[in-house]
Amino acid sequence: MKNRSLVSITDYNKDEMLQILDLAAEFEKRPRQDLLHGSVVATLFFEPSTRTRLSFESAVNRLGGSVIGFSDSSSSSVSKGETLKDTILTVSNYSDLIVMRHPLEGSAKYASEVAPVPIINAGDGAHQHPTQTLLDMYSIRKTQGRLDNLRICMVGDLKYGRTVHSLLFAMSHFNPVFIFIAPEELKMPDEYKLFLDKNGIEYHEYKDLADNMDHADIIYMTRVQRERFSDPLEYEKVKNVYILRNSMLANTKPNVKVLHPLPRVNEINYDVDSNPKAYYFEQALNGVYTRMAIISKILGVK
Amino acid sequence: MEEKKELKVSAIKNGTVIDHIPSQNLFSVINILGLNKIQQQVTFGFNLESQKLGKKAIIKVADIFFKDEDLNKISLVAPDAKLNIIRDYEVVEKKVVTVPNEISGIAKCMNPKCITNHEQMVTSFEVVQKKPVALKCRYCEKITDNNHLEIV
Repeated sequence: MKNRSLVSITDYNKDEMLQILDLAAEFEKRPRQDLLHGSVVATLFFEPSTRTRLSFESAVNRLGGSVIGFSDSSSSSVSKGETLKDTILTVSNYSDLIVMRHPLEGSAKYASEVAPVPIINAGDGAHQHPTQTLLDMYSIRKTQGRLDNLRICMVGDLKYGRTVHSLLFAMSHFNPVFIFIAPEELKMPDEYKLFLDKNGIEYHEYKDLADNMDHADIIYMTRVQRERFSDPLEYEKVKNVYILRNSMLANTKPNVKVLHPLPRVNEINYDVDSNPKAYYFEQALNGVYTRMAIISKILGVK
Repeated sequence: MEEKKELKVSAIKNGTVIDHIPSQNLFSVINILGLNKIQQQVTFGFNLESQKLGKKAIIKVADIFFKDEDLNKISLVAPDAKLNIIRDYEVVEKKVVTVPNEISGIAKCMNPKCITNHEQMVTSFEVVQKKPVALKCRYCEKITDNNHLEIV
């Protein structure tokens, strides 16, 4: 993994994913380690994403490294019309590793081709966000004690949600059963179901939230966004159907945990927050340990 | 074999004849092969009658013998093209084009949010289906199908 860019979750094989998770667990036990003393990590956020940026910057700081970068392209030379290539080549001179978020799909891959330093993709449009997937896996393993043979229920926007697609690929190494719950317009696309069929992975599709989660070990919630619907009437019909309420968790398994990549809008009711099955805020904390592990592996200090 | 009776485009002594090009894609073929930049004689016919294609185009390029990999680039816009290699007015070799497994440049990714449509860079695709052609962008991984194919 040393000096290799992380653009897509498929850049890591099963063994490499497990190495990251093991190292993240080590950092959770000892979060302050001065491994990156003297190293500089650039965080280039061509579109704002405060949560992801702070998580990365916290990870670098806890490892004793320094951070440079920008949090919004309007405050950089991009607003003067500089190309991505020029920005990446310039920043490569000032840093050992570039973490980038960009609104255009494929931008991270392109950056990894032109940059002499490794790139970590922190989200390229609706395409990929691999560090989110690794932190989701870390959260799953931490709460369930294993990754193998789990029943994973994915709810909401399964058509456009990049986090569910990446998680689907990643978890497919561990013999899961998937339960997809989505409105007709936002169903899991055929290409992913084809992938599951090819690999002999069991999955079930439902439209209703209630009852279908009862055998799940993980409930992975996503946001149903208005702008995804071609027909506004369809959105109005389903917008309140995919809201998780505390009462719906009554018959679920005792070990089940509710995950959400955050930010949530209304898809998880506030009354779920105090339920011990809610895990989305701890999930965010796990992001720091996971990113510490990814950065250390790529910079070769672990 | 109407060409035998009366040639719509005059014969060449040496070179390459590219036949059965869909008429609407003639200029794409010219661009892909860079025929607008060469010094040799190029003649072409446009909107000729064809039983197979309805309207077809034909190009005759004097004194140039293309490499197969260059010829295969036109398969995106002229998948049924037939090539005759001419030496001393005789057809010495016939060729057809095949769609390559990878395509660099030539086509445009149909995803408006793809980096390749915003940065000065060469597009790159994996051919995931040959007929009708479907291209998977190496950057955004979205599929550009035959109906949305645009040549750069």
